[in-house]
Amino acid sequence: MSMDLNTASFRGYRRENGRVGVRNHVIILPVDDLSNAACEAVAANIKGAMAIPHPYGRLQFGADLELHFRTLIGTGANPNVAAVVVIGIEEGWTNKVVEGIAATGKPVTGFGIEMHGDHDTIMRASKVAKEYVQWATELRREDAPLSDLWVSTKCGESDTTSGCGSNPTVGNAFDKLYPHGTTLVFGETSEITGGEHLVAARCRTDQVRERFMFMFNRYQDLIERFKTDDLSDSQPTKGNIAGGLTTIEEKALGNIQKIGRDCMVDGVLDKAEMPTGPGLWFMDSSSAAAEMVTLCAASGFVVHFFPTGQGNIIGNPILPVIKLCANPRTVRTMPEHVDVDVSGLLRREMSPDQAGDALLEMMFRTANGRHTSAEALGHREFVLTRLYESA
Amino acid sequence: MIHFVVHDEGDSVGVVVVEGVKAGDELTGWIMDQDKEISFKAAGDIPIGHKLAIKPVKAGDTVIKYGVDIGRVVSDIGMGEHAHVHNIKTKRW
Repeated sequence: MSMDLNTASFRGYRRENGRVGVRNHVIILPVDDLSNAACEAVAANIKGAMAIPHPYGRLQFGADLELHFRTLIGTGANPNVAAVVVIGIEEGWTNKVVEGIAATGKPVTGFGIEMHGDHDTIMRASKVAKEYVQWATELRREDAPLSDLWVSTKCGESDTTSGCGSNPTVGNAFDKLYPHGTTLVFGETSEITGGEHLVAARCRTDQVRERFMFMFNRYQDLIERFKTDDLSDSQPTKGNIAGGLTTIEEKALGNIQKIGRDCMVDGVLDKAEMPTGPGLWFMDSSSAAAEMVTLCAASGFVVHFFPTGQGNIIGNPILPVIKLCANPRTVRTMPEHVDVDVSGLLRREMSPDQAGDALLEMMFRTANGRHTSAEALGHREFVLTRLYESA
Repeated sequence: MIHFVVHDEGDSVGVVVVEGVKAGDELTGWIMDQDKEISFKAAGDIPIGHKLAIKPVKAGDTVIKYGVDIGRVVSDIGMGEHAHVHNIKTKRW
């Protein structure tokens, strides 16, 4: 290969807790749906601050509520975020989110709207947001080794070219990053169906394998419990089928090309749970693009590899999503969404090693500051995973 | 020129990777894992990304891709014919 990863480094923002980010966002984070308007008003007032609206946060309970908090706190704690303003309808849950983020040592302030109203809250929150933006814009990037980089992957609008082109390219890159202590994650529990034995065989220990199979079987039980047909309208999706994918098994085998051939699965994470060490992690997660990428961001990942076949256009507010595509028709019809064109693989003009290196080169450029296509186009899909109905 | 790719020589199907494949076209396929080429005629129009059978398969047979089971054949598929949701179904769910 042409790239020497032994001496490779990237330039990022080292945060108070030692983690390194590749973006420097000041975010205005609503605890609940009711607080979106105030957050958007603050972001409109203060240039350089970004609101991350979402539709949930009221009357959730149990594991669903825990996941809500874990996702919001994880998003604020992500090293791509410099500082956070949290706004909620009341102070109790707002403070819970503030305290969770404050554990990283980064600047964070919360505001409850009750007893103040939107006007007063927006004014006070805007003053803090302005301080944060001015402070954050004086922070400087510094050199960091590959072991400080956390890279996630999830594919979307897959077709058969994903399985023979763009997904193996991610696998090639993961196999190259893995020995350098990079922290890696994949997931999409339902889209392992048909290839679960292959993932199980890659688990490093029996304990990891048991936990993986527990997560896998739990998701299968959920689908069996609620399905009304063979899911042939949902998994594979209409887009997958239009692209030539026929069954969930075929889709799954293409999907797991992303974990390469050499790296082992070192651990299993619950949704939005943070890894505790380097290596390749499996995260139990939805296979819907924005849900999964939002969970990756909440788990602390700072760069994302997103292979697509038919042309999924997803982005995330804080996690740069690098798109790669091997379908020449998609590359031709939707070029503004493609960061890395690996269609040469299917013409035998590009080797898997060259494709992997092209992706790694884009990873370094992105980590060093280049905006991805999704960032430039303003894709900020922030989608919280819900487990069940509200109380 | 490569018109379709096959993951493994034991597979039942290959993937068309060029646009505009028409019935009767002479096709060249690349078997990636063994790095071999094969040739035969397309037995139908096949869109880019869609599969064709690289050997005849019968209803009830298992379809192999990546060297692994991807579903069952529900109506016979001849060599070079379009292989998709009309003649292959999942074994799951």
